[in-house]
This record gives sequence, structure tokens and C-alpha cells, in this order.
Amino acid sequence: MSTVCEVRELVKTYPAARGRRGTPGTPEVRATDGISLVVRRGEIFGLLGPNGAGKSTLVRQLTGLMRPDAGSVEVLGHDLVRHPERASRLIGYLGQESTALDELTVALAAETTGRLRGLSVREARAERDAVLEELGLTGLAARPLKKLSGGQRRLACLAATLVGERPVLVLDEPTTGMDPVARRAVWAAVDRRRAENGATVLLVTHNVIEAETVLDRVAVLERGRVIACDTPAGLKERVAGEVRVELVWRERAPLDVPEVTALRGSAQEHGRRWVLRLAPDEARAAVAAVTGGAAFAALDDFTLATPSLEDVYLALGGNATKGLVKA
Amino acid sequence: MSIVPAEAVSGRIGVEQSAAAEVAAPLAPRARLLPALGAVYRSQLSRARVARMPLLFVATFQSIGIMVLMRGVVDGGAEARAVVAGSSVLVVAFVALNLLAQYFGQLRASGGLDHYATLPVPPAAVVLGAAGAYASFTVPGTVVTAVAGSVLFQLPMTHLWVLAAVIPLSGAALAGLGAALGLLAPRQELATLLGQLGMSAALLLGVLPADRLPGPVSYARDLLPSTYGVEALARTFEARPDWTVVGLYLAVCALVGVVSLTVATWAYRRAAVR
Repeated sequence: MSTVCEVRELVKTYPAARGRRGTPGTPEVRATDGISLVVRRGEIFGLLGPNGAGKSTLVRQLTGLMRPDAGSVEVLGHDLVRHPERASRLIGYLGQESTALDELTVALAAETTGRLRGLSVREARAERDAVLEELGLTGLAARPLKKLSGGQRRLACLAATLVGERPVLVLDEPTTGMDPVARRAVWAAVDRRRAENGATVLLVTHNVIEAETVLDRVAVLERGRVIACDTPAGLKERVAGEVRVELVWRERAPLDVPEVTALRGSAQEHGRRWVLRLAPDEARAAVAAVTGGAAFAALDDFTLATPSLEDVYLALGGNATKGLVKA
Repeated sequence: MSIVPAEAVSGRIGVEQSAAAEVAAPLAPRARLLPALGAVYRSQLSRARVARMPLLFVATFQSIGIMVLMRGVVDGGAEARAVVAGSSVLVVAFVALNLLAQYFGQLRASGGLDHYATLPVPPAAVVLGAAGAYASFTVPGTVVTAVAGSVLFQLPMTHLWVLAAVIPLSGAALAGLGAALGLLAPRQELATLLGQLGMSAALLLGVLPADRLPGPVSYARDLLPSTYGVEALARTFEARPDWTVVGLYLAVCALVGVVSLTVATWAYRRAAVR
């Protein structure tokens, strides 16, 4: 299986900023701290991590928008640290901002972007029509992007990204704000490109559910480092010995019940919601304790589940307070 | 949701391409300068319909208002010619300098430049396309102002065709300046401020007759690129314009345009990749 993108020991440090009036200075930040990864042809490869983990910095280095302080980025045999201008001829990039396109109509945004990817007028228009049709945007073609809802605007920006075929797509949170229909259109369009052209997709997300369903492999980022890289199933196997128990109390936990007090030590408390990661027999005992005795009166709801990618993230030492989005 | 497993896809594409990837895959073509410039120009023009129209009216009304005001002060002759020419070029300064500086400042601050920076488009195409579009936005306002001023001050309209040279050349000079200010300003508010200041300078130094200005201020007037557009236009209201002088002033505009657009292109390249 051939390598499409190889990143080795990538480092980027943002210098410390002096404080201005009213705002304190920020210390030096290592946004990417020796990141190495390999993406193979035809993969949907995910970068998962909370805000500030270094995902966007990594993506900016891959797309030639930012020079790393050290390390190498090679995409399809091209050294993008030495030749950042080649990135635009290999990679279709969907960034988080749409300000350059906001005041254009959906059709013109897609067509212009295609023209700027080197297509002729005729090719750009043909691809524009095909992509808008594919994403279900034909009805909105004459509307300016800024008059659309957040999800529709995101979809229109994706349409612009897809006009002018590229072997590699880098999509920074492509489905933010989208309804399920639009999400399905996005993943169908991505799948079609890799089935027909062998396109490789690098996807930034902090949406765990999406990561589990669409990604072939995922790198988990935390404070500028890759703390794990595997298939979603492979990652989940690392915590396969555990069961996730969620308890929701009616008002507060009945701490006068000794079994509940015993559980408290291993629980993460979020108001009246407790989350515990336990071995299967411990979990069974815990559920029996809270559903059987005096605690049951205080219990509103409980769930038992196999671990999700979020549990993996937390088990790997991820920062629990800066959790990932679950919806 | 993913239907096709990666292994199946890459297996099918298989041997011939995986060998090619070792050598380096072919690059997609670059966008060539003129088609890219045309595409940027067209997309910027279309923005006027969505976003900029109200401000284009403001630019024209401001200039006509100034001329009405000045009619009480100026009796005619050279001063009237200066007022009409200054007010007309003020429309160019308002839109090409002020609004373009704001646009690029905003684009840079919000990360909108990333869009262009991740496309294989020559930097000059982005800067010239936007500058050209903003210069075009000024055409109706400048023409309306020049005609209204000629009527107000009873100036001959015989040589107003010279606007066909004055608008693009002073437009290039002022739009280049606006783009450079917008792209070089370290913060968005500063870009807005510089654009506003540039326009205020064009207003005060362009509309007020030159011989009424104090000495040092008239040097500042000579430094402002819009002055040369104003002077060129003012000369053509004379019964027998000295076309050599008009041509010279317009050449200064063209020169400033070339320099400022080059600086703006450099500033774009610098702002796009950090």
C-alpha cells in the first residue's frame, strides 16, 4: 500500500507574546511537538483531539500555509517544506473560514475556485454543476453564501473544495453545523472520490461519533503530540477490558449509602451525572448495588456501554477537562 | 458510513500508481495569470451586488454634497475646476483606497487569505483582480460627480472623456495603495484606520484649492497620489487644456500604480504564508 503523505518530526513553536494593555502575555507554545505520521493511499485518515491540541497547526503545515521550524512533510513524493507552493497543486483544502467566499453566490464561489485551480471556463462550469448536483446544492446555486445557514454554507465551501480534482483532500471539520442529510452528502461525495480516483482524505475532527464511523485510521493529538495512532477499533481494543457505566441521580448522589460512597472514588462527577470505567465484573456489581438497594430511589437513569473513542482518549491520558464533542 | 474499505481501493489502483508515487506524482497545472485575474475580477465585481452597493452611493453623495457646500465659497475659475476635479477623484479614493484597504485588512485578519493561498494562483492575479474590481466600482460615482460638478459650476464638459484615463490610472494608484495598506497593517483596525486617513487626506488636500493651503501642507499634497489625478482632471476643464501637462500627471499616476501594486503583491505573498 503506497504512502501518500509522510510527516516526520514536525515542530512548530509560537513565540511568547508580550501582553498589551488589558491582556496578559502568553508564554511560548509548542503547537506541534515532534509529530510523525504516515497516511496511505485511499485512506480516510483522521486527526482527533480537543481544541488547542495542534490539529490546525499541523494542517496548515501540510497545506503549505505555515513553515515548520523543523521536520519534513512529503506528499506524493514532493517535499512541501522546501516547496510549499506545490501543496496547492496536490491538495484540495477546506479551511474553517469562508470569508473569501461569503459574498459570492454558491455557483460563483465554486466556479471561481475551479478557475483558480487552473480549470478552463468550460471545465469549471461543468464541474461546478456536477458538484452542486452531487451535494444537493443546485437549488441554492444563486444564493450568496452569507445568506445561508451555517451547515449549508459549510457544504457550499466543500463544493468549492471539490471543483478541480486533487489526489489529496484536507478537510478541517467539514461537517460542522450540518444536519444529517448534509453530512450524508459529504461522506458520500468523499467516498465516491476515493472509489473512483483513489483520493486520500485527511480529516480534522473533534467529533468522536463521526470519527468512529468514517475514519479508516485516526491519530489522537494532545498538546502537539500524537499520543496514539491506529484504526478506531484498534484504539478501542486498548480499553476493551473496561465497561463504561453512567449513573444519573435524581437530585444528588445518596452518599449515605455505603456502596455509593465506595463507587465515588472511581467516578468522574459532572453535576448529578457520574461516569465510571470499570472491569466487567465490577460494573455488574456496581449496577446491582445502585439498582437493588436504597440507592435506587435516588437513581434517575443508568447506562452500561462498551468504550467509545472518547474513553480511549481519556484512558490514553488526554485532558479530561477539555473533552471532545460527542454529538 | 464509509462504504469502500481503503484496502479495496488501493489494491485496485494497485501497482502502476504505487510505483509512480515513489518518484513523485504529477502536479496539477497552475492557474495562469490572466484567466485567474479575470476570475478574481469577476467574482469581486459580483460582490458589489451583494455587499458594497450602499457604500458606492455614499461615496457619490459625499462628493456631490461637498461640491454643493463649496459653491458658497468658490466663485468659479481655477478654484471651481479644482473643486470639481477633487470631488470626482475623491470617489476613487473612497472606494479604491479606503474600502479596498478595509477589505484586505478584514480578509487577512479573518483567515480569508488562506482560501487564495491554498490555490495555485499567482499572487498578482489576486491583488490585481481585486484592485481592478474596486477601481471599476468607482466608475459610475466618478462620472456622476464630474457631470454634476460641471453643471453646478458651469464648466465645459467637452473633455470629460479624459475620465476614461483618469479613473483607471488614479484607480490603479489608489487601489494599489489601499491593497498595500490593508495587507501590511498588522491589525485589521489599523488597516481600516489607514484607509480612512488616506481618504480624509484625499478629501482635504484634493478638494481645497491648492493655493489656499499653507506651505508644509502643500508638500503633503504633492506626496499624495490622488493629487495627480485631480490635477490632470482639473486641467481638462480649461478651454484649451495643456495636454502635455495632463499626460505628465497621468504618467505619475501610472507610475505610482505600478509601484504600489507591486508592493501590494509582495505584501500579499508575505501575508499569505507565515
